[in-house]
Amino acid sequence: MTPGRHSFAVTTGAVLLMVVVFSSAAAPFLAPHATDDRFPGLLNAPPTAIHVEDEAGRWHAPFIYQWRRLSQLEQLYEEDRSQPVPLAWLTGGRLVVSADESRAPLLLFGADGFGRDVFARLLFGARTSLALALIAALGATLIGACVGGVAGFSGGAIDGLLMRGSEFVLVLPATYVALALRAALPLVLTPPQVFLLLGSILAIVGAPSIARGVRTIVAAERQQDYIAAAISLGAGRLRLVLLHLLPATAGFLVVQLTMLVPAFIVAEATLSYVGLGFPEPVASWGTMLQDASNLRSIVDFPWLLSPAAAMFVVVLAVNLLLQRDVRVRARTRAASGLVLQ
Amino acid sequence: MIRYLARRLVVAALLVFLVSSGALLLTRLAPGDYVTESLGVAGRLDAAEQARVRYGLTRSFASQYGQWLSNAARLDFGRSVAYDRPVSALVPERAANTILIAATALLLATLIGLPLGTISGSRSGGFIALGVRAVSLVLLSMPPLLTSLFLVFAAARSGWLPIGGMRSATGSGAIDIIRHMVVPVLALALPIAAMFERLQAQAVSETLAQPFVAATIARGVPQGRIIWRDAMRVAIRSVASVYGLVIASLLSGSFAVEMVTAWPGLGRLMLDALRARDMYLVAGCAAAGAAFLAAGTFLSDAAVAFADPRVRE
Repeated sequence: MTPGRHSFAVTTGAVLLMVVVFSSAAAPFLAPHATDDRFPGLLNAPPTAIHVEDEAGRWHAPFIYQWRRLSQLEQLYEEDRSQPVPLAWLTGGRLVVSADESRAPLLLFGADGFGRDVFARLLFGARTSLALALIAALGATLIGACVGGVAGFSGGAIDGLLMRGSEFVLVLPATYVALALRAALPLVLTPPQVFLLLGSILAIVGAPSIARGVRTIVAAERQQDYIAAAISLGAGRLRLVLLHLLPATAGFLVVQLTMLVPAFIVAEATLSYVGLGFPEPVASWGTMLQDASNLRSIVDFPWLLSPAAAMFVVVLAVNLLLQRDVRVRARTRAASGLVLQ
Repeated sequence: MIRYLARRLVVAALLVFLVSSGALLLTRLAPGDYVTESLGVAGRLDAAEQARVRYGLTRSFASQYGQWLSNAARLDFGRSVAYDRPVSALVPERAANTILIAATALLLATLIGLPLGTISGSRSGGFIALGVRAVSLVLLSMPPLLTSLFLVFAAARSGWLPIGGMRSATGSGAIDIIRHMVVPVLALALPIAAMFERLQAQAVSETLAQPFVAATIARGVPQGRIIWRDAMRVAIRSVASVYGLVIASLLSGSFAVEMVTAWPGLGRLMLDALRARDMYLVAGCAAAGAAFLAAGTFLSDAAVAFADPRVRE
């Protein structure tokens, strides 16, 4: 691979990730509506098209048309071309809204089955999904680093026990482990409880592969001369592990952390898709996909699949960013096994 | 060799035992039992108590577990209370459906991934290599949950293939099942094929840089033969070595695919059983999954030994 192409891929990945993170951070500014604003007359309405040319062929500042419902049963809509509705920029702390929100709301990605703005839910849902995945990945890294550090440093029976335990979890398909753990806990919980619970479950499922890698690195580093030097200077165990051995694993940990985030996003989506994730009104990419679980919705209202597209963008961005070593990725993926990322 | 096989068999049995016992314990410890989940909060207390006695849920876990274990040793895995059928009748049928799509997907992924990887790995540039690479990168970024959603969408929009389920109401026979299989199998196979392609491409390009290849070229062996016979054989080891890990991700992936495409496999059964707190059925599903995992890992080790003579010693 030429260096030029490599850096192009990495740059693309970084830019994509930044776009996702920034747009979720700026959700209250970018989204025209709140996640639970409902438009009862616009259930499953298609995305609002933004026009610049009117019926007579004259050009205007960007404007939209109101949706007119043709059939309530089939939820078919048509643009009402008689009156254009202008867009209002930078009003009420939002980037852009429709000038007449009650009659013709701006639904950039359409509306879901409750008449809620899919675009707004996508942006706010990114916060839930990304935050959960990031916290779970940090948790997995922390647990993995501790377990692997202890195992690699102490060796002997403790090492054997911890590594057999990790391997046992590692062999199992992670989706099933997460599923069984989640299903074994109370099924009806408040959103913060679900967040905490899913975060812990994913952290536990993701930790063993990290523990194994950290253990290997720590056990190898221990044999190095600089460790012997540190011991002879009177360094304690804690100092040795924290100051000398764990920093050696930093590169490995960063790569693992980056790979776990998209894996956990998809894991949350899978659990929410089958109804074991966040409860309704909470917007997350998984709960939004659940709305698309009915086959008719996928066919007739494809904009409900936008969280799937968003997930694809995140996974693609991370893959571009970490293109260097496919083999490591294949192994961890199968190991953390949550998804094929 | 026999000692090696015997050891593998013991490890496999241990895995099945641990996983199914763990699943049983987990379901038992979970809040609520089959009675609360099926009768709901509206159920009368005395009716619930009667039902518990009928299903044998009032006993201590130790006696329940002991009985289940001694029955399981005689291949009686208990009765599913939700389906009112023996677990040993319910699970194999569903497990076979999962194995059907998982095995087909693995075969398809290998048949697509290896040749494409050999092609793209043996060329440094050009349209074909670049195109294969780009497609692989896109597919690698689509876990089965996403591929199945997009394929279901495509199939439904075009109307070419049936979506959902395994058989249609009117159709019958193998052709009907095969038509229903296309979407789940592709959804499961494409990401794995992309991974195989990347691994094989990397291994082939590394192999072609080795001295023995230069020596073969010097002897006048044609290029196609070097790539497709010599380099491919050496490179195939790296794909064979991840087969064991792919088995677990096949099971994970098939869960998502089964949920999206309504394929009646082990994953759906397990989810239903978990939600209904149908503990013997959960344990039975877990045992079947673990057995599949153990068998898959064994076969993949055999594949590695086949591909790399050095492992055999």
